Amino acid sequence: MANDSVKLSKNLLRMKFMQRGLDAETKKQLEEDEKRIISDEHWYLDLPEFKAKENLIIEEKSFVPCEDLKYGRISFKGFNPEVEKLMLLMNPKEEEEEEEEEVSRMQTDVTDEEMALRYESLVESMKKKFAKKRERAAVSADVNSNVVESDTKRVFLKPQD
Amino acid sequence: MGPSNSNNNTCERSCCRVAMFSGLKEKVGEVLLPGDEFSLETDDTISLTEHVKPEKVVCGPGLRRSGDRLLVCKSGVLRHKQPNMFWMDSQQRRYVPAKGETVIGIVTVKSGDVFKVDFGGSEQASLSYLAFEGATKRNRPNVQVGDLVFSQFIIANKDMEPELVCMDSSGRANGMGVFGGGGLLFSVSLGLVRRLLSPHSGVLSDLQQLFPCELVVGMNGRLWVKSSSVQQTLVISNLLQSCDTMTAQQRQQLFRRVAQGAL
Repeated sequence: MANDSVKLSKNLLRMKFMQRGLDAETKKQLEEDEKRIISDEHWYLDLPEFKAKENLIIEEKSFVPCEDLKYGRISFKGFNPEVEKLMLLMNPKEEEEEEEEEVSRMQTDVTDEEMALRYESLVESMKKKFAKKRERAAVSADVNSNVVESDTKRVFLKPQD
Repeated sequence: MGPSNSNNNTCERSCCRVAMFSGLKEKVGEVLLPGDEFSLETDDTISLTEHVKPEKVVCGPGLRRSGDRLLVCKSGVLRHKQPNMFWMDSQQRRYVPAKGETVIGIVTVKSGDVFKVDFGGSEQASLSYLAFEGATKRNRPNVQVGDLVFSQFIIANKDMEPELVCMDSSGRANGMGVFGGGGLLFSVSLGLVRRLLSPHSGVLSDLQQLFPCELVVGMNGRLWVKSSSVQQTLVISNLLQSCDTMTAQQRQQLFRRVAQGAL
């Protein structure tokens, strides 16, 4: 194998499908050769290293962010309700305080007790779901009033003519 | 302009920015002229004790960056907003487009897939027919020559043709697009437009008490007014046009007289 590879040209050996049969040393050598060829062909400008300083001045051409200008569609006294809705949507500045309140309220929106109550009823409804049809009536009666079930057996009532 | 007589707490920060900041801050509220400049002296000495993150300065309209210096390019009053935004408050009537601003344009040419829109600037802006809410290649928006469009600049710089769109980044119109039927369009100074749109605007709160009406305010100095009758529309347009050169007191007096039905 090694003797064969000597005869093959380097260009052929560099091909992908030839790489499998190569041993580590020739592989390494080939790689180095390739690197050298690439770096020889690589052009670069002989310039002093350009050092980009961080730009500390940001330019802003518009007045809108500077003066916190509002959106340009305005309607008064309900002349155009659509635009009045838009005004609320596009000018959120004034509602900022309200929003904060909302957030704080949202955090305590559901108290622990409320959650417990909610789950309590959930348990019942799940229980109902898994109960069989006949049992369901019993379950609901039991839940609702704890009334002992009356022992009326259901019988077919013949309709009167 | 030096940092010597600036407030003491800024001296503690061993940042190079301090020199420029205080120089700028001292001039806030003063009249500056084009050509005035603030140099941004970067000290080569770096403090070893603390690593100070350099602060960024935002220079708004009327200020220009040139290398490390800040140049004034419009005459006016220097304004400042926390934390470090500076701009020139100036009066002008010529509109220069800026990215993101909303303007009232008039469609002048309809050619293939773009409309040409006059917005009062040096050049007409292009507006793609696809830049409307719900527009597709099949479903073209109904825009005619002479229509008014409320639209937003997506490209606005000194080297390129400005480009407008009639929707936001999520593809919704949000009040932009073709409008205007039975209203009146007129022009005012750019300063008045900014006064109208500023939060807690006195002019608007005065106007609010008159009649039910609708306004479209373009940053290019164009105003469009619609009200329930032609007379009321004219009254509002005349009021707004005269507001430009009035003090708050004069304005309130005039508005009161209108509200009483004297005009």
